[in-house]
Order: sequence, then structure tokens, then C-alpha cells
Amino acid sequence: MNKKFLHLLSILILCGIVVSACASSPATTEAPAAEAPAAEADTTTDTTAEEAAPVSETPSCGTDPVVLNAYFETGFDLPFKLAEEFTKQYPNVTWDIKQDQFANLINETPRLLAGDNAPDLIRLPTMVSFAKQGLLMNLDDYATAFGWDEWPVPQLDQNRVGEDGTRGSGSLYAMGLNYSLTGIFYNKELAAQIGMTEAPATLAELEDLLASAKAAGLLPIMQWGSAKSGMGLAFPLQALMASVGPAQPISDWIYQKEGATIDTESNLVAAQHLQDWIDNGYFPTDINAIEYTDANARFGQGEGVFMFNGDWQNASYDTDMPGNVGFFLMPPAEAGGGPAAMSAPLTYGIAANAKNADCAAFFLNWVASNQTAREIDVAVGGSNPGGPADAVMPAVTEGSVTNETLAAGVVLGKTGSAMDFIANATSAIFAQGWTPELQKMVGGKQDAAGLLEAVQAEYLRELEE
Amino acid sequence: MLPVCSKQSRLNIYGNWKSKESGCVTMPEFSKLSSLMKKTSDKVRVPNKVSRRFSLGGKDRRETIIGGLFVTPALVMYAIFVLVPLVLSVYYSFFRWNGITPMTWVGLKNYRTVFEVPDLLATIFNAFKLVLFFSIIPVGLGLIVASVIQRVGSGRFGSITRTVLFLPQVIPLVAAGIIWGWLLALPGLINEVLTAVGLESFTRAWLGDFTWALPSVGMIGVWVLLGFCTVLLSTGITKIDPALYESARIDGASWWNEFLSITVPLLKYEIGVCLTVTVINALSAFDIVYVSTAGGPGNSTAVPGVKIYILAFTEQRIGLASALAVLLMILVLVVVLPLQRLNREEE
Repeated sequence: MNKKFLHLLSILILCGIVVSACASSPATTEAPAAEAPAAEADTTTDTTAEEAAPVSETPSCGTDPVVLNAYFETGFDLPFKLAEEFTKQYPNVTWDIKQDQFANLINETPRLLAGDNAPDLIRLPTMVSFAKQGLLMNLDDYATAFGWDEWPVPQLDQNRVGEDGTRGSGSLYAMGLNYSLTGIFYNKELAAQIGMTEAPATLAELEDLLASAKAAGLLPIMQWGSAKSGMGLAFPLQALMASVGPAQPISDWIYQKEGATIDTESNLVAAQHLQDWIDNGYFPTDINAIEYTDANARFGQGEGVFMFNGDWQNASYDTDMPGNVGFFLMPPAEAGGGPAAMSAPLTYGIAANAKNADCAAFFLNWVASNQTAREIDVAVGGSNPGGPADAVMPAVTEGSVTNETLAAGVVLGKTGSAMDFIANATSAIFAQGWTPELQKMVGGKQDAAGLLEAVQAEYLRELEE
Repeated sequence: MLPVCSKQSRLNIYGNWKSKESGCVTMPEFSKLSSLMKKTSDKVRVPNKVSRRFSLGGKDRRETIIGGLFVTPALVMYAIFVLVPLVLSVYYSFFRWNGITPMTWVGLKNYRTVFEVPDLLATIFNAFKLVLFFSIIPVGLGLIVASVIQRVGSGRFGSITRTVLFLPQVIPLVAAGIIWGWLLALPGLINEVLTAVGLESFTRAWLGDFTWALPSVGMIGVWVLLGFCTVLLSTGITKIDPALYESARIDGASWWNEFLSITVPLLKYEIGVCLTVTVINALSAFDIVYVSTAGGPGNSTAVPGVKIYILAFTEQRIGLASALAVLLMILVLVVVLPLQRLNREEE
């Protein structure tokens, strides 16, 4: 309160008579924070109390007109298409959709969630801090009501935040519209040129292929690396980490588990592999200046045999190089080992004080369980729609790379392990840790050991905040 | 209440950060310009009339009040959008705050962090390297171009040159940054030209190269600011009595002699303005750097403006961002105030 008074005093002195302008003081900014409950389990019941009695029957959108207030990510059609179809099936629901770039959403989300007209549905770039600050609705009651708890476990894991602020277990704070998968895309024509007849089964086989691509005068791997897009070498690095070592410590680090470190022996081996790849000239020489879209365009034009990327790019690869693009998961170092891949939900959450939380939750359930929605999900999004274990996987156009990514997803689900992205460990670890340090590695100013050390130091510094 | 709050906090935070840029930018600039304007008005008008305005006759007092009323709207805007954010960011810099939850007092810890984390301190050194490109080169080149225009003839040729050089000022910096990004890419035009003239060994990804990224960003700055300096300086040259040049020429002075003995000394106020504005541009650079490299590769082009933005909005560390911003403002003042004094002493 004392602080509030100080605020007010300083503002009053400064603004003098202009009372209306004084409304833009931080004195009031603090109010929602003070009211917002810390991440406690009763958030849901608090905020939904006025809408419906705590979920006794399955929540729905009712029959009265509802306007869902949503924030989507610019450049991705999927949520827009789903919203359109949802209104077709439930005409009483209309949408008020705002959109912004992902990078802007990272900066805007806390203020949107804390605002008065808080979004019913919002694309979440990160979630731990918002959950801890009490800005996100706890979805546990909805999970029970809709039976999400019975879905295959890995789907919801990444969206859970524990009371100690670690991810991976605890209460559910978000749902995925779909579950993307990363791995290695390849140009079929070029791969045939270097004698690749089937996907490599071990890391050594993959490295042989890279060497023969280089020897054949081809660019082995197309990847991006500009600070404007974020360093794309984080993809092969994480793939290597999970190939030479266990995936669990990487997940623990991403989930900010107590004592977790990225600076481990097996990760060092992985980073050394990456450094060898760089030194061998397996990546474009101008990688530090290549943006994400440029890298994809160049790969589409036939530059690069392989590219580490995710299935969200399927539709555009199918357009750029129809029938000529394939996909496989990063092979394990030892023959017969299980594959591991970065696989993250396209995360959407509900603000703690959203007006139409029930309807938003109903929508999230509909996306995963309605067959038309699942078809849109696969056709437009290119990724696995998730949902109940017994749900039918929609058919895919013949020759589309989506067939291969979906099949790989099944393999991963049975024998492998899925991880979130190492760039998502903290909100700034990508921009302040991985990107600059990997760029230095490309520039010959950082080695494998130094890379892991520097990123771990940045990680600890950010957690300290 | 809540929507207002969210807008408010955004406005505040934005204002904060912006204040570092524009708040401190406008003040020295303004005082320099006003002193210049005063100088010219003193010369042109009858000086007595100016000072008599401020004596306290009854009629004059009424005029003062009316004058004050005219100033009020601007003053209020200035207070709300410059002074308040300025004071607030100094205030925030003593707290740990993510912009939403309650603030925690940390004293000078944020300032200590700036000096302890090498990446943060490095941004300040980068800013000084940019001064070479944003100030020294444009002012130097601008002087040469202006005096060449003056000598060769200020007719059509002069005005076309000035217009062409000034055009970059009209283009939004973000658009310029994007286009320069394309030109400087490995498959870009600049490398194509180098290859065409046989300098293939010099081709590189200019913005992705540790050695060349900062100079490349600097050259974009030269391109933007050269026109500004040229226009200002060649306007100044027209003020110089042509008789001076004439007599110099009769005495057989070369272009270089004329340049050193007449043009540069008589343009010192304009040079002062150019240096002030461009130095501030360099130290508080944001848009060109953010759009062309976003601070990469490996922080080699990170400048305080970009770092403040990332700290405040990506990392939600408003306190640390404010501390860096306050230091940036102090830095700008430390550099710019001596420049001001230099001009004033010679009045």
C-alpha cells in the first residue's frame, strides 16, 4: 500500500492539474496484480463461479449468443479455419479475433491476460510465469469433465505446471490445438543422388550421408540462423542431444526442475558433433544471416539435401516441392535405440478472468474430438490432432509429406520419447542464450564446452529473477 | 477498471522505454536549436525589442500570461509523454518488476548488474563504435559534398544532389532496414556486384559476419544520415559571404585551402548541430539495428536500445531495462553536453 501511495504521489506531483491524463499512472496498474491470486488451485472456481456452478455437467457454449474473445498468431491459418467451422456447427457462437506476430505475442500476453477484457482463448508463447502469476485459468476441472485426463499422457504433460513452478506435472493450464513433430526433412531427388535409399538408422549412418552430400558438392543441411528468426541450429543440436543421450534430463532442464543442467557429458558430445558439422561445412556459410523464411525458400528451390524442421511446414513444402520431400526422425546413436524428437503442443490457454471460459474449453475439446475439426487440423496444420487414444486419424492426400510425419509420430509415440524445445526453457533463453552462443560457434568464437557453459549460466541468471 | 489498467501499464512501459530514446534526445537537440534560433533572430531583428518584451509593464504581463496559455498545451503533452515516463523509469530502475505483479525494491542492484554482465556492457561499446558511422562519416562526407556543390554551382545540379541524398530521410527506417538486409545477404545485390567486378573473394553474408556486421549496420546509418548533414551544411554554406570565396580565389587558394580556412570554421554551428543529432542517433539507435540484425550475430551488433527492448518485453525485466535505459540517457548527456559547450563558448 505504501508503494501505491508513493506511486500516486509522484504522479500527482508530475501531472499537476491534468486529472484525466493521470489515469495513465501505474498506481492502478498494480491493482490487478494485487487482486490476481497466486497460482492456486481455486482460481477456476473463483472465476467461473458467475458463469456456471463448478462443473457438475459437461460445460458447453449453451444456446444464447456467445462472442468468443480470441488472440491468434498471425501467419498460421489453422485456428482461423477451426473457428470458422466451429461457428458453422454452433451458430450461437461468433468470434472476436485479434491477431499478432508470435514475437509480439510474447511481449503482449501478460498485459492481455491481466487486462479487463481478458481473452477467452489465447495462443500462449510460454506459460509457467503466467500460471505462477495467476493469469491463466486452471483447467483441471475441465479436464475431469471432458475426460482429457484419459488421453495419452505425453499430450498434456507439457501444459502442466506444478505448484513449485516446474512444468511437466501438476495442474493443467493449456491445451494443444495439435501436437507438432520435428525431425529431418529431405529432398528426395538429391538424397537419391547421394545414394540414400532408406532413412538412416543410426547417427553414424546420417553422418555418412552428410559427408557424401558434401563430397558430391551439395549443401548437406539447409538451416536458418539469423537473430531475427532465432538460431535454427538449436534444432539439430537438440536432436543430437537426444540421439547420443537420454531425453529425460533435457526435459527436466526445459521444465526447470530443481538442479537440472544442460551442461552434461552427453550433451557435450552432442555439441561436439554439431561443431564438427559446422567445421565440415555441412551448413550454409551465411547461416548467421539466414532467416527462417529464406531457409525454407532456399530448401524449396533445391538448396540443401536435409533440413531440420517441424511438421508445421508440411503444407508449404508440399507446395514448393510436391512429391519430392520426405521426412524421418533423428536416428539414435546406437542401433535399435528409440528415437527422440521435439514435439510440442500448439498451446492455447484461457485467461483466469475470461468471460466465456466454459465455451472456450468446449471449443478446445471439440478441436480434438470432432472429426471435421480433426480433418482441418491435419489438412491445414499438418500435425497430429491429438485427442482420445481411440480417435480416428483423418486421411491425408496421397504423396503429401504429412503422411510421413504422421507415421513418424506413431513410431515416436510407441518407442520413443517426446521433448519440448530447448529454446522454450525460459522466455528469453532463445534470444539471450542459444541464439548468440550458437552464432558464435558458427563464427568460430565459441566451442562445444563453452556453448553449454554459457547457456547454463544464462539459464541460472534468468531463473534467479 | 482492468482494461484501463492494461492500457496504462502498456503506455507506461512504452513511455518509459521510449523516454530514454526520445526524452533525452529532444532535450539537448531542442536547446541547441533554440540557441541557434535565438542567435539568428538576434542578428536579424532589433535585439532591444526582444529584451523589452520581458520587462514588466502591465500590458506586457498580460502578454506573458497569454503567451503562457499558448505554451500550456505543449507543456502538458511534454510533461505527460516525456517527463513523467522519464521520472517513472528512474523509479522503476530501483525495483525488480515484471510489469504485472508487485514490485520489489532492490536498490542499486540493477545498475550493478549492467556493469557485471559483459553482454550488457558490450552494448555500450557497440554504441560508441556506431558513432563513427552515424556521426563522423556523415558529417565529414556531408561537409565535402556541400562544399563541392557550393563550388561547382548550386543550380539544378546542387538541388538534385541534395534531393537524392536527402531521400533516405523520407523512407521509414524499418523499410530501409529490411531492404538493406536483402541487399547485404549472401545472394544479395552487393555481393553480385562484387562478383561482377572480380572481387568474389570479398563476398560474404555481411550482416551475419562477426567482423563486418557492425560496419554494415553502420553503413546503413551513413546512407540515412548523410542527406540530413548535407542539406543542413549546404544551407549553412549559402549563408557564407561569397566575397570571402572570391577573394580567396583571387589569392590563388585551392579547393582544400578554401575548405579548411573558410567553409569549416564558418560552418561550426551547423557542424555542431549535425554532430549532436547524429551522435544521439548513434547512441540510442534501435530501429535500423533491430530490423537488420536484431543484435546478431552473437551480440556483435547489440546496442543499448535493442537490449532494453529485449529486457523489458521479452524477459519482462522492467527494472533492469530501466536501469540500462537510465544509464544510456546519462551517457548521451555526457557525450552531448560537451559538444554543446564547445559551441557556446565561441559565441
